[in-house]
Order: sequence, then C-alpha cells, then structure tokens
Amino acid sequence: MSFVWTVAEQHEGRLKAVSFELLSRGRALADKLDTKLASLVIGAGVGQPGLRELIQRGADEVYHVADARLAHFVCETWSNILADLVRHYRPVVVLAAATSLGRTLMPHLAVKVHAGLTADCTELDIEPGSDNLLQTRPAIGGNIMATIKTPDHRPQMATVRPRSSVVLPRDPERLGRIIEVPVAEQLFESRVVVHGCRADVEDFVNLEEAEVVVAGGKGLKKGDNFALLRELAAELGAMVGASRDAVDRGWIGYPHQIGLSGKTISPRLYIAAGISGSIQHLAGIKTAETIVSINKDPDAPLHNVADFGIVGDLFDVVPELTRRLRRSKAVAS
Amino acid sequence: MTIIVPIKQVPETSNVRMDPETGTMIRAGAATVVNPLDLYAIETALRLREAHGGSVTVLSMGPPAALKAVKEAIAMGCDDGLLLSDRVFAGADTWATSYTLAAAVRRLGAFDLIVAGERATDGDTAQVGPGLAAWLDVPLATYVARIDTVADGRLSVQRLTEEGYQQLTLQLPALITVVKEIAAVRLPTLRGKKRARLSEVPVLTAADLDVDRACLGLRGSPTKVVRIERPKVARGGEMVSVNGQQGVTAAVDALLEFLRSRGLLEEVSS
Repeated sequence: MSFVWTVAEQHEGRLKAVSFELLSRGRALADKLDTKLASLVIGAGVGQPGLRELIQRGADEVYHVADARLAHFVCETWSNILADLVRHYRPVVVLAAATSLGRTLMPHLAVKVHAGLTADCTELDIEPGSDNLLQTRPAIGGNIMATIKTPDHRPQMATVRPRSSVVLPRDPERLGRIIEVPVAEQLFESRVVVHGCRADVEDFVNLEEAEVVVAGGKGLKKGDNFALLRELAAELGAMVGASRDAVDRGWIGYPHQIGLSGKTISPRLYIAAGISGSIQHLAGIKTAETIVSINKDPDAPLHNVADFGIVGDLFDVVPELTRRLRRSKAVAS
Repeated sequence: MTIIVPIKQVPETSNVRMDPETGTMIRAGAATVVNPLDLYAIETALRLREAHGGSVTVLSMGPPAALKAVKEAIAMGCDDGLLLSDRVFAGADTWATSYTLAAAVRRLGAFDLIVAGERATDGDTAQVGPGLAAWLDVPLATYVARIDTVADGRLSVQRLTEEGYQQLTLQLPALITVVKEIAAVRLPTLRGKKRARLSEVPVLTAADLDVDRACLGLRGSPTKVVRIERPKVARGGEMVSVNGQQGVTAAVDALLEFLRSRGLLEEVSS
C-alpha cells in the first residue's frame, strides 16, 4: 500500500509529544508522495481519545496493537510485531523518534526486514523524480550534515530527533480509520522480563523533552553552586543540565550531562552558565532554538554559537537574572 | 563468562580545534583512539570477568591501523583480540557492519555476553549494537547504566530511558550497550601495555568468514551518502560585557529584552 508510517511512543498509556512531532514529518512526506500516513501504536492503555488525536494531528490510519503484556518496551517483541506488519502492509517509509526506544527498536527492525536506516535525522524530504527519501543528519559531533538515501531497499527507515519538528494543530474534523491489530502469541519475546521503571531516582531529569534548559559547567567552581542554577530554573520552568566537566567532578548526576557522551537536546531556550563550550558539548546543543551563554571568558567557544552572550561573572549575572524574573512575576500576579 | 566487546577506532576529538566559521573539526594531525564510549564497555566486561571469571575478547573492524585500538583494549586488560580488515568491508553502513561483526562473533564460538558502547563518537548512530543483537538473535538491552545481578544464566540490568531507569532481566547469551554512568574507566597498566605489545592479534578477511560478499561494505549497505555539508554554526549573536554592578543590571536588562523579543518570556511574565 506504500504508506508512510510513524511509530508512536507512549508512557503509561499517555502518548508522548514525539508521537505528534513524527506525524507532522510524516504528513509532509505522504503529501509529496501522494499517499496516506499511518501511525502505529504498540502498548497498553492508550484510549480512544489518544488514538483519535493521532488522526486529528495528521494520520489517516492508526494501527493499534494493544495487549496488557505490551505495557513496557521490550525490543524483541516490538521488533517482531513491526516486522510482521511491515511484511504485510509494505510501507514505503517508517519513521520513529530518535529516543532510547526508537534508537533501539529501529536498528533491530532494519536487520530483520533488510532495510536502510538513518539515525537522528533533523531534515527529511522527498527527492523529485526518484521519490527516494532524503534523510539529513548531523554527524561527527554535528560538525557535518550528511544527506543519505536508500535507493534499493524498502521501507526507508529513519529516526527523527525529538523537538526538531512542530506539531500540527489539532483538527477535530479530520477523519481516519483506527484499526485494532491482534498480536500473535509467538511474537512475544520470552527471554526478556521487564520489572518496571524506576523513576523515583533522586533528581532525575528528562532533558530531551525540556522546553527550557539551564546548564552549568566548570565555572560553577563547586557542586553546591548548582543551587544558583536550580533557582533560575525554577523561575523559568526549566530543567537543569550540566557539562561533562561538572558531571565528572561529581557535582551532579549523569542524567544531567549534555554533549557527545551525554544527551543531545533541542530546547526552545538553552542557557549555559560557566560552560566554555567544548566541541563535544556543542554537539549536544547545536539544534537548540535559542542559545544564551554566560561566561566571563570572552573567548569561550560557546559565545560564538550563542544567540546572546554575556561576558561576565556568572556569580553576578545568574542571581541578578533570577531576582529580576522573580520580581516581574510578582508584579504580574 | 565468555564476553565479547566490539569496539571502533575513531578520530580523536578532545584536542581537536574547531574552525569557528564552518564549525568543522580541523582534522590535520588528529590522532585516532578507541571510541571513548567503548571504554565503558571494556571496563564493564573486565569487571564482570573479575567478579565471575571467564575471558574478554575484543573485536574490531577497520583498516589495518585499527590494530592499535585492539591492542589498547588488551593493554587495559582484555584477554585477546580479533581484527576484521579487508577492502571489501570498507564503506559499510550500520546494517553491513553489524552483519559482518555477527559473522565474526559466530566464528569465535559460544559466548555469554556481548558488551558494546552506546554509540561511536564519529558516526553517532547507536545502531550497530542493536543490529548485532538482531543478527545473532539474542536478547538486547541498550543504554545500560547498571548491572544488578548475574546469576543462573540471567543478567539483571537497569537501562537509562527518558522516564527513568527501566529494570529488566535478560536470559544469556545476550547483548547490552552501556552508557558512561555504568563505571569509571581504568587506565592501561605498564604490564598490560607490554602484554599488548607481545600479543598476536589475528586479522581476518572476508574469506575467513561465512558471509555473502554482496552484503559487505559499501556494496552491501542499504544506505548511501548523497552529500556532506559543513554547516555554519556561528550564530553571530548579540554580545554584552559586564563592567561593575551597573553593568550586571544593564546586561540582564539586555538579556531580558532579547528573550522577550523572541517570545521566550511570555509564560513567566503573564
């Protein structure tokens, strides 16, 4: 049927924002290919309103694979289910999010169905004439942008960087089909048992989905000084990130680390305080919409990539910024 | 435990200078190293061997010069190594790479665990580990931040996801990819370096593996690179310098004005 597919993601029955971001990517491709867009939901507990929202935000069809045993992601089971569906429906493009789930599932699936796969794409397009999917992604720490295609294999598969696309507005009038797909017993992987997800970890952050991130580095001088950033973050509704230097010094936990050996983020606003901006750190923030750098070193490389830089002592600037934001809130309320 | 660690040799980036205009690495003189994220896989494997006995074999695919990476892993404490090097392997994408590595793993014989790095710092795809698990049809856990127990042919781990740490148990043999959080990496010892120097690392070509040559290298890769661009990263942003306390106020004023102009303060000011 040569549809374009997206793999929706859910957590505890709630569809994640990336599921809708993928639809806006998929919609554009399906329109160029003059085909339909389908979204796949594997899991338990996503109700009819959630499935309908996928249609209202761009999907023509929704394949819903629901089973209580699919509450937690198990790569082999997901890959078995998808491989089965891919062989049956023969989609031309399959998109998933470049998340811990998508980046695990898709390479596994690509081997099973002998498809080409491109990781962490920030741009997708259709090549005029050939109808090949053009997949553009940052590589070598974001220092090059490579455009890749898969001329001889179908489906063409890609993972898409979260927060790199704008969600389509919800159209309550949009109609589509919701198809309940049964799961064959033999598709369940028996060699893996998931016990659950430990989210009660002290100070855990989901930086990948954050709208605003405030991060600190070596310039903070000691771990306790992250308190300054936490106060600023509270005013901005931001999450706190860190450079590798700060994490390696034990000032803050690894889930906070941004950069080549940590997380890649694309928030609307990224504020770095006391981070010089190594090539590895820049790799993790280049797709942030707005970058602000606060550093007393005028030659800090991060100042070069910033949209706004303050050459000044973070110990003066950050508290003042926090105070001003707090005051403007107090005035407004 | 019989453990295999696949590693990749990559360009060294930590001391690489950057062209501020194009944002590209100035590669001249850049040395090669073991992919920094693979060091955590080597460390994890060595710790498992220390706790449970067994052996750690390091496996790499690359040009003959990648022998240096294999030897570095042996210097850290791996028991032996294997290099896959052949012109027909060149230009392999992650599909063809995992296919070739899987053939080498089969040739090595029975194993309990494959420990891989999260991803390589050059290609940055994180696709070879999961692909290898698919070829070998063994259970997979990616982004492993902690190993809880190894007992009765089962491995219990915690993987770092966006929502927290997923706890799962895999039946061995299995494949895991690990993140930096799992362990602090040891340095090679003098004795290890000497052992590495003296060790004979076999170099295998396609002829030594049970593979379909049409699935190797550039020819066997479903994906093709169409073009490479060097994006300009300098955003040419506004810069203000702070001089004295008045300067702090003025700089923060300018920043707030800038954030408002981009619509980034609406939520907090309303």
